[in-house]
Amino acid sequence: MTEGVDDKSKRRFLVASTSVIGAVGVGFAVWPFLASLKPSARTQAAGAPVEVDISKLEDGQRLIVEWRGKPIWIVKRSEKILADLKSDTLIAKLRDPESGVTEQQPAYAQNQNRSIKSEYLVVIGICTHLGCSPTYVKENDPHDLGSDWQGGFFCPCHGSFFDLAGRVFSGVPAPTNLVVPPHTYLSNTRILVGVDQDKGVA
Amino acid sequence: MSKILTASLEWIDARYPLSKMWNEHLAQYYAPKNFNTWYYFGSLALMVLVMQIFTGIFLAVNYKPDAAMAFASVEYIMRDVDYGWLIRYMHSAGASFFFIVVYLHMFRALIYGSYRKPRELLWIIGVFIYLCLMAESFFGYLLPWGQMSYWGAQVIISLFGAIPYVGEDLAVWVRGDFVIADATLNRFFVYHVVLMPIILLALAVVHIIALHEVGSNNPDGIEIKKNKDPETGIPKDGIPFHPYYTVKDIVGVAVFLIIFSLVIFYAPEMGGYFLEKNNFFPADPMTTPEHIEPLWYFTPFYAVLRAVPDKFLGVMAMGAAIVVLFFLPWLDRSPVKSIRYKGWIFKSALALFVISFFGLGYLGMQAPTPTKTLFAQIFSLIYFAFFLLMPWYSKWDETKPEPERVTD
Repeated sequence: MTEGVDDKSKRRFLVASTSVIGAVGVGFAVWPFLASLKPSARTQAAGAPVEVDISKLEDGQRLIVEWRGKPIWIVKRSEKILADLKSDTLIAKLRDPESGVTEQQPAYAQNQNRSIKSEYLVVIGICTHLGCSPTYVKENDPHDLGSDWQGGFFCPCHGSFFDLAGRVFSGVPAPTNLVVPPHTYLSNTRILVGVDQDKGVA
Repeated sequence: MSKILTASLEWIDARYPLSKMWNEHLAQYYAPKNFNTWYYFGSLALMVLVMQIFTGIFLAVNYKPDAAMAFASVEYIMRDVDYGWLIRYMHSAGASFFFIVVYLHMFRALIYGSYRKPRELLWIIGVFIYLCLMAESFFGYLLPWGQMSYWGAQVIISLFGAIPYVGEDLAVWVRGDFVIADATLNRFFVYHVVLMPIILLALAVVHIIALHEVGSNNPDGIEIKKNKDPETGIPKDGIPFHPYYTVKDIVGVAVFLIIFSLVIFYAPEMGGYFLEKNNFFPADPMTTPEHIEPLWYFTPFYAVLRAVPDKFLGVMAMGAAIVVLFFLPWLDRSPVKSIRYKGWIFKSALALFVISFFGLGYLGMQAPTPTKTLFAQIFSLIYFAFFLLMPWYSKWDETKPEPERVTD
């Protein structure tokens, strides 16, 4: 600092304004580096839709396909399962039986069975808690989930339960229902995952 | 010959403060003369850091950070590279030993009050090192691309998703993909071998500079600088770090290496604690293993996460369990530093804390049941109570008077 400078406020102003402009510059310079860590164009394009043939699915059977690196489950539900999903005892145990959280499914799957066709459940098989893939436990499978278990999904990581419509039980760590991916029926036996019904690629 | 050496040293000293640094940090750095066994772990931590960097370099020579090749390249190191198994086991067991040594080092600070004034910043830098160490081991654990690597990373990165509004986008940004994928592996490799080691080394240097500025604490928790020889200005209870403590620390290194070798040669996986069994299966994004758990050094915090029956609050509690460490220097209001002069209240609190920490560590490895969750909740409460109630109980505690000089 030079001795005998009287007008220090001018110097302070210059220092402050230079710092502010410099900080803006740093902000602009940082952005390309942060943005380079986002999913690249190729990664984003890799989320191509997946076509699935469901003609061979038996009642209660689950088919797993991969879409955007995630497991997609397609479960064929019997008449009994569909009736169970409507029972009041089950609904009383669910956190969001009406699928009120709209991000968890497309509008066309926001219904009692969370599906387009009631017999087919199509969900992303990733727990909404911390991303583990839950286990499919049928009603008749050996399990220790209680005698009133009507079949559904159990996450071994942190103990969350979902019913056969992917609806979460209350009192478990997972906050929301399993996600229904965008999908559409190309025919009665073929599903295209990743494309919205009556729309384009999601 | 010695003439040439002296002349060379003078030549260097005129251009770089070599002798000055040697004296400041070793030959004329006066450490209290009453260090005990607890004081080995600082130098051991430094040695393990160097060892991890050294073995890591040799592993990186043969490792391939590619989702299609990573798992096979680790097995290649284990089977086909000469002594690859040794280098890999040194590195994987070294990570666990790093945490053992650092936890003991931190516990030493806890019992002797080494975080108290004037060493608050020293402690804070240390907590940052601990955080970086956690990040470093987390990034490294993805690299073998086994089932535990994959699903462990999936769970931990999903924690970001718990942050309201920006969480999901943040998790995608961290992964560089919508799920853990090749992009994630590639960047974690870079963070593990470049970014974090640089930060860790820098922080270790800053930690040591801060230590040498304020001087070491000791088991009596009294300041040796208060009692200096009036003629020399050297603390009466201080001895030069070199040769006294360099030689002492070499004994510690020897004992450490014996134990370390026993593990590497006879129990490199340590029954699944140092290398988890599920990690010998290649990563499969379609199936989660029946039971997933982090490595032992994270399980206390993982148990806190699971103890809270709410996603967001659970993540917050886990974060708070670490953040609370930063405030420790200001939570302790006891008139004395060392446990030797503290009363029964602090000793009981510390005992409960240690039990809780081990309890949480155990519960974090177990599959959750209602009883175990209840215990995790109790232990979490004790964990936080130890810190948050400290301003009161440390003041009420009946302490003994500190001695004037360090005891033998």
